[in-house]
Amino acid sequence: MSHHDHHQSFWTRYIFSQDHKVIAIQYTVTALFIGLVGLVLSWLMRLQLGFPGEFRFLNPGSYYQILTQHGMIMIVYLLTAILLGGFGNYLIPLMIGARDMAFPFLNMLSYWVYLLSVIVLVAAFFVPGGPTGAGWTLYPPLSALPNAAPGSGWGIKLMLVSLVIFIASATMGGLNYVTTVLQCRTKGMTLMRMPLSVWGIFIGAAMALLAFPALFVGGVMLLLDNLLGTSFFIPAVTLFGQQLPREGGNPLLFQHLFWYFGHPEVYVVILPAMGIASELIATHSRKPIFGYKAMVIAMAAIAVIGFLVWAHHMFVSGMNPYFGFFFAVSTLIIAIPSAVKVYNWLLTLWRGKIQFNTPMLFGIGWISTFIIGGLTGLPLGNVIADVPLHDTYFVVGHFHLVMGVAALMAIFGGIYHWFPKVTGRMFNETLGKLHFWVTFVGAYMIFFPMFLLGILGVPRRYFDFEALQYLPTQTAGLNIVITIAALIVGAAQVVFLVNLIWSAVRGRRAESNPWHATTLEWQTPTTPPPHGNWGAETPTVYRWAYDYSVPGAERDFIPQNVPATPTVPAGTARTV
Amino acid sequence: MAQQTRSLEDRAQTWPRWLRDLVADWSSDQQTFKVNWGKAMMWIFIVSDMFVFGSFLSAYAAARLSATLPWPDPAKVFALHIGESEVPLLLIAIMTFVLISSSGTMAIAVKYGYERHRAKAALFLTLTALLGLTFVGMQAFEWTKLIREGFRPWANPMGAPQFGSSFFMITGFHGLHVTAGVIYLATIASQVLRGAYEKIGYQRVEIAGLYWHFVDLVWVFIFAFFYLF
Repeated sequence: MSHHDHHQSFWTRYIFSQDHKVIAIQYTVTALFIGLVGLVLSWLMRLQLGFPGEFRFLNPGSYYQILTQHGMIMIVYLLTAILLGGFGNYLIPLMIGARDMAFPFLNMLSYWVYLLSVIVLVAAFFVPGGPTGAGWTLYPPLSALPNAAPGSGWGIKLMLVSLVIFIASATMGGLNYVTTVLQCRTKGMTLMRMPLSVWGIFIGAAMALLAFPALFVGGVMLLLDNLLGTSFFIPAVTLFGQQLPREGGNPLLFQHLFWYFGHPEVYVVILPAMGIASELIATHSRKPIFGYKAMVIAMAAIAVIGFLVWAHHMFVSGMNPYFGFFFAVSTLIIAIPSAVKVYNWLLTLWRGKIQFNTPMLFGIGWISTFIIGGLTGLPLGNVIADVPLHDTYFVVGHFHLVMGVAALMAIFGGIYHWFPKVTGRMFNETLGKLHFWVTFVGAYMIFFPMFLLGILGVPRRYFDFEALQYLPTQTAGLNIVITIAALIVGAAQVVFLVNLIWSAVRGRRAESNPWHATTLEWQTPTTPPPHGNWGAETPTVYRWAYDYSVPGAERDFIPQNVPATPTVPAGTARTV
Repeated sequence: MAQQTRSLEDRAQTWPRWLRDLVADWSSDQQTFKVNWGKAMMWIFIVSDMFVFGSFLSAYAAARLSATLPWPDPAKVFALHIGESEVPLLLIAIMTFVLISSSGTMAIAVKYGYERHRAKAALFLTLTALLGLTFVGMQAFEWTKLIREGFRPWANPMGAPQFGSSFFMITGFHGLHVTAGVIYLATIASQVLRGAYEKIGYQRVEIAGLYWHFVDLVWVFIFAFFYLF
């Protein structure tokens, strides 16, 4: 396969590029941009909750719109897009020794369709009535009846159209990632020699291909309910004493379709994050990842069981007690492979030569937030404990820590870790550490008090708590603390962006393998890697991805493309 | 000691052949499936699309179970009046026959493609596309007839409004698949005629065939759940 760089214009090289590395950067920049929008929306919510009534431009209607858009933006348009589209695109071909994705044109199309979905999403802010305020889960009948929620005219329709477009993009991307991992590996790269990042992205992308269909179907049906006046999800409704003409629909059906997508979606985000975290932790503690096979099996197990737990989001919607029992049990079973992974990360750190640089700090931050967020999920997985906690801030604290903060820890760590390869320059370590400590400590200050608020009975999704006499007065104080922490953590992200932009232009030149890592992306002939990645010959792989600190070896790492050498005494080298 | 540390390869000797082959394929380097990338991708796409149709049909089942008005009788809704008598499911039987036949012509096209009979392969591809077009045409006729009789996505004269909603949504979505398939097959047919596959081989005909057989197979399920029950 030969690549002709020479005749490419600016447009085909940087804008309509089919190079997976350029597409990865496009995905990342777009996702970070829309993530900033989501961040500002969270500030607005916190301003109202911390200082109710002080900010006159916020009213209950706009609060629900902000809440809905914040949730949808962060989970779908930021986390999913940056982990699969950004990291997936950059890492898969480089880590498995391929020259590009299997279908570069489809890959380019996937990005532009994603951008279109983001534009439609943002357009909803500028239409009459504004974006939808039906909650990020878009439950009908609130999302299906005219005038039931703010933005129920244009807003909800644009939201659904944007989701359908996003699913088309995610399908194109997902087909590419899965096919590339299965079919385009270089010589010697067996599945069980792949770095865990590739495993995580691969399993996450496969899950996306099987989970997004349910959201697509639910979205199409909800769109028909909104556009054509069908009644898939609308039961007999009495509004202001008037019986509506539509009846016979089933609102629970939407919840099933939504969560059949929604729960696997959590793992679509978390599995790639787990993979990236494994890379950070092994590389920067100079130790082979502990229990590689167990890590892979645990991820596969999480993926399979992850499709059988969705109704634990619906315990309070009402269901047959036997169903509740089944979904509680399957939910708690997922804790086992998750715990296997956590122990393996801890045992990887155990007696390692830990380098406390920015990527590693975020790697450790990942373990911490994943443990706290995961453990608080256990009570929520039990029906009996979920019922009183479900509509409180306990749930907000839980999923923000385990899915939001933990995933962002892996994303930030990953961005710092691969920044030298992507740009050819080093980032500023001081600013990076500042970013980490403010984000890490601040995130706990935001979300830890929420567990307390939840146990005290503060309901989530409420615009204000004035009428709730039973709440202790301290809850208002806690809300002020949370708001101040949220403003500071948000501002710290400016440090991150400044660091990225400044370092990409002015940073110190990076060597091609600054972390002394073993995986293939660090062994490219030039940095940043050229179109086609490998020059004349693709690399050949002789060993697994984690040959760190091999006894008897000259240096404390042996790249995957180094053949077995006599310097390693037989029997001591770890082989897979 | 030696007993405990028997390697995977040793143990694999006692496994059945299919399992050994499976493990060998999945643990090999470069390619998991010994097929070209396009074919692998089409199979993965089909699995994903199967979940789309699976979700549609499950949603239809749930909507039908929870409808409060009586569900219309498919034997009556889909009957054709011929002369004096009313023949239930006549049109749909012909439609199904046409679509299933097109799977046959598709298989013949793949065979002629691999045998490098360009003209014959293109002929059978065109025939497949025409049968697909016939199917879509008859579907348009069926929709027109139902709409004339007062069926709408939001209401119908024979009972639960969810009947029309599900019917137009699911057959419409399947019809879109058939229409896309017709365009796809026509493109492949013209490529075959131009001799575009003489060098790179005729796998793309087979890949188009995978898609087409899948669309036909899905129809069998829609036919069974919508028209027979």
